[in-house]
Amino acid sequence: MGDAIATGRRARPIRILVAKVGLDGHDRGVKIVARALRDAGMEVIYTGLHRTPLEVVKVALQEDVDAIGVSILSGAHMTVFPKLLDLLRAEGLADEIALLGGGVIPDEDVVALKRLGVADLVGQDATPDEVVAAVQTAVAARRTVR
Amino acid sequence: MGGAAGRSPDDDRRTPLADERLRRQAAEDAAAWEAAELAEFVRRQPESRSEYRTASGLPLQRVYTPADVAGSDWERLGLPGRYPFTRGPYPTMYRGRLWTMRQIAGYGTPADTNERFRYLIAQGQTGLSVDFDMPTLMGYDSDHEMSEGEVGREGVAIDVLDDMEALFAGIDLESISVSMTINPTAWILLAMYVAVAQGRGHDLNKLSGTIQNDILKEYVAQKEWIYPIGPSMRIVRDTIVHCARTMARYNPINISGYHISEAGANALQEAAFTMANARAYVREVVGSGVPADDFAGRLSFYFVCQSDFFEELAKFRAVRRVWATMMREEFGARRPESMRLRFHCQTAAASLTKPQPYNNVVRTTLQALCAVLGGAQSLHTNGLDEAYAIPSESAMKLALRTQQVIADETNVASVVDPLGGSYYLESLTDRMERGIHDYLRRIEEIGGTLRAIETNFFQREIAETAYEHALRKASGERVVVGVNKYVDPPGADEAVDVHRIDPAAERRQIEHLRAVKAARDPTAVGSALARLRSDAADTAANLMPATIEAVKARASMGEIVEALRPSFGTYRETPVF
Repeated sequence: MGDAIATGRRARPIRILVAKVGLDGHDRGVKIVARALRDAGMEVIYTGLHRTPLEVVKVALQEDVDAIGVSILSGAHMTVFPKLLDLLRAEGLADEIALLGGGVIPDEDVVALKRLGVADLVGQDATPDEVVAAVQTAVAARRTVR
Repeated sequence: MGGAAGRSPDDDRRTPLADERLRRQAAEDAAAWEAAELAEFVRRQPESRSEYRTASGLPLQRVYTPADVAGSDWERLGLPGRYPFTRGPYPTMYRGRLWTMRQIAGYGTPADTNERFRYLIAQGQTGLSVDFDMPTLMGYDSDHEMSEGEVGREGVAIDVLDDMEALFAGIDLESISVSMTINPTAWILLAMYVAVAQGRGHDLNKLSGTIQNDILKEYVAQKEWIYPIGPSMRIVRDTIVHCARTMARYNPINISGYHISEAGANALQEAAFTMANARAYVREVVGSGVPADDFAGRLSFYFVCQSDFFEELAKFRAVRRVWATMMREEFGARRPESMRLRFHCQTAAASLTKPQPYNNVVRTTLQALCAVLGGAQSLHTNGLDEAYAIPSESAMKLALRTQQVIADETNVASVVDPLGGSYYLESLTDRMERGIHDYLRRIEEIGGTLRAIETNFFQREIAETAYEHALRKASGERVVVGVNKYVDPPGADEAVDVHRIDPAAERRQIEHLRAVKAARDPTAVGSALARLRSDAADTAANLMPATIEAVKARASMGEIVEALRPSFGTYRETPVF
């Protein structure tokens, strides 16, 4: 990959899709995250509530995002994240789009999800700055790989 | 309410809490004290902050004196069980009957949750409270594709009447009150509850309990919905009217501030938005021709108890006064039952932290004490592990013991409204009451509660407060012990036992649903759903009788929800952040 392109990519602000997948309506966290990311200069698209993994991946594709941040507090994370990863891989996007997660997720599930390919997971006590840093790190890692 | 300034015709009937001479003396003494002792002391040892505020941002004085209750009248404080009910809805409060200790429970299949209910009853719990899983809350059957991974996870799964029977197997519904946290599908669960009770030969007028059924706060905060606002309000109206006619002791709605708070609102917003929602429901039912006194006595409320101790106390007292005044002045209620606000309280789940989880026991204890001093009618105390998962059995036991210690060891339940008369608390209660009225006025200016929802007024206000709170927490200005102060080194985590979901529960629930569907009489289901469809199209019809018939025929929740969709449509939100 040429330097010019790499520079061009770096200059582009991070585009991120934040999403609520599944049935739970706890959107306090996702809205704070969306706003914190926007205040940090990122382009933020929020899906709204109750999306399916397929809908999220479709929007991510249309919007040409660098990352997807999924908030889930219903306990269905071990079903939802593997499904999202499968869909991203099927579209050939797993290396381009970083998948991040947040919500009430037990520690051992965090370990398992990272092993499966989720770039990072932020807990409910993460500060806005920590969330911003997690997204920046995950996106930077992917841009470097390419 | 009015301040010290200006005289109104009511002044002759006002008896100020502190008479003018006392107020003047207090003001003089305070001025002298500030010039002497205070000035000298602060010079040597400055205060830790330049200003002090409540969690809602209300400014706080160093100390309160009779001069600060100039606008407070004895008539607005008064006695418990008497208008305006500032001090509590009943004359004897906990002396007559303790608050109901009502720990919410729900997970897995109905049989799993039934087991937890029996455990909690054996531990001395005095009421039941059911948490349903997300598919049940949102109106999907367990075998719907949207339900995958969520069946029995955050609560118990209910699809058909047989599930409801299993949920309450061996539990006498006439002797224990049952609260169900259910909203857009509340009328179906109520129908199932009625069908179970009728099947057992119970007298419906002896059943006590509550369905949450508060759809407006769903659009505002919790975000569980199916249909648009109009038809949803009609469902609420039908349940209220049906219960008023057939279930004398049942609360058909639990108008809830809890979720508004947990979504990020402060105490003032929680109280004000809940009152705005309550006003909208009363208008809806009164507008259908039912006088307020025929149903208002069965309206119940639900508030959170957060950590700002005195602000929460003031909130409970102020909201009782606002409700009483609204019912009497605006809706012409005459019966005391229509004016006295009764509420369930839950300690604040969002205040719980994952690091140092045992700190959560302390937080919950203080919040529970506050709820009791504030005059709650029933109380749920959170488990220490709720930042991890739904609570384990041992966490629920400790949470219940917390209430029992407060009830039996502290002696706080012996005196009604024990902090009433405190210059600080009375002043803060008055301030909170004014703040609620200010919000209610703004909401009326927007065009009322429904219009305020449609224009995202509440949602914006809540998101704004939530974001400010997150920033204050991140900066350390808002201290959270163990998270941004007194933090343990990495790896020093205290372990808690976490409730694990049985991964086979989802499959068992789906198999059961399919078996019930295979065994039922399809003609009976078809005609029950047809009647529902035609009742839905007739706005004057009450949906409850047809729904009860449908659940008895073993129509599933998802089928009932879908039967109404052609008439009612689907709600879509425009998210703001």
